[in-house]
Amino acid sequence: MIGRDAIVAEIPRLRRYAQALTGDAARADDLVQDALERAMVKWLLWRSGSDLRAWLFAIMHNLFVNQVRAPQLVEFRADDDLPEQFARATQSDGLALRDLERAMAELSVEQREVILLIGLEEMSYAETARVLGVPQGTVMSRLSRARIRLSKLLEGQVGGASLKVVK
Amino acid sequence: MKPQPIVEDELHSLADGRLAAPRRSELEAWLTEHPQEAEQVQAWRGQNALLHLAYDRVLEAPLPTRLLDAARRPGRYSTRRFAAAVAWLTLGGIMGFFMRGEYPRPASPPPQALLPQQAALAHAVYSPEVRHPVEVGAEQEAHLAAWLSKRLGAALKPPHLEEAGYALLGGRLLPGEGGAVAQFMYQDARGSRLTLYVRNDTVATNTPTTRETAFRFAREGKISVFYWLDGRFGYALSGETEKPELLRIANIVYRQLNP
Repeated sequence: MIGRDAIVAEIPRLRRYAQALTGDAARADDLVQDALERAMVKWLLWRSGSDLRAWLFAIMHNLFVNQVRAPQLVEFRADDDLPEQFARATQSDGLALRDLERAMAELSVEQREVILLIGLEEMSYAETARVLGVPQGTVMSRLSRARIRLSKLLEGQVGGASLKVVK
Repeated sequence: MKPQPIVEDELHSLADGRLAAPRRSELEAWLTEHPQEAEQVQAWRGQNALLHLAYDRVLEAPLPTRLLDAARRPGRYSTRRFAAAVAWLTLGGIMGFFMRGEYPRPASPPPQALLPQQAALAHAVYSPEVRHPVEVGAEQEAHLAAWLSKRLGAALKPPHLEEAGYALLGGRLLPGEGGAVAQFMYQDARGSRLTLYVRNDTVATNTPTTRETAFRFAREGKISVFYWLDGRFGYALSGETEKPELLRIANIVYRQLNP
């Protein structure tokens, strides 16, 4: 079928991004499936020669944002119920990575998206702006806020779970 | 020439490896005099590395049929009109797919596969630390060696990497699969860091102490790791350094451990 190998080749990265974005492997695959189906329908709108990956990520971004706007459809599950295929390799890995997932869950959707597209997907700032449909300046200011907040979350300076010293 | 002012966006570009060479060196020099910003850039690099460690394994998971089906479902358009464009696209996609450097090749993991992964994780977590990179500093080297030897249950001494331009910062004790693990940290003049992760494999696995392997290389996100087994210890040297340079340093480490 038309272009399917090119699209299939992007599925692993779409899944990685969706998994990190939603924190839930099953929901991530639902999102990827929706995006792929939408891409097949909208195939005519894709300009050949433009970046297929950015186009697919943009479709998935739009679907995800629409889901988040209907909050009853999305709940962020950070841990405990990830299926076996994403199970962590070791216990010591698990602790640090669980901290990360918890911190990611605390970020706003906008912050999570920029930090993942740039830090994990290694997209350029311009590509990220195209995927998210915002100016590059907005990407940079979101990125800055997101990284500061993630640092604080990882250091345990904000968020509900930190302990107070009682004298 | 008047130096260009440094803006925060450039620090992000630097952390993301997107700054061109001349400006990159300027910023790196500037950072050596601005520890607070240097700390920030290190922390951002650490975040990127941690994200790869957390989520890259999804890339290797088998694709569910429902996703393959979704991508293969024919759309409501005629094939003829787009066949030519799509042939090129498919070719490009396939080539891109295979040429992408970071795409993990499916391969059966070596028996000590967890060693580089755990070492890279420990590197990602501790190397960005500015105030507390180590538990015991290099100024107390004798104490450090005695303490870690005692906890690992075998004589252990931090190698010296001055000939490669790296000074020992110190070390720390970490939890590992089979008990305590030691991590030594080194830093060069530009502030880039290497960590040497040392695991005593005899405690947990009761393996013979004669085993030895060649250097093996792994990449976890942006972190490169050379690792090897030697007698009762498993070693892993991690850094965001270029592969040949890291190999050179791994050789120095190996030589010092086996005089």
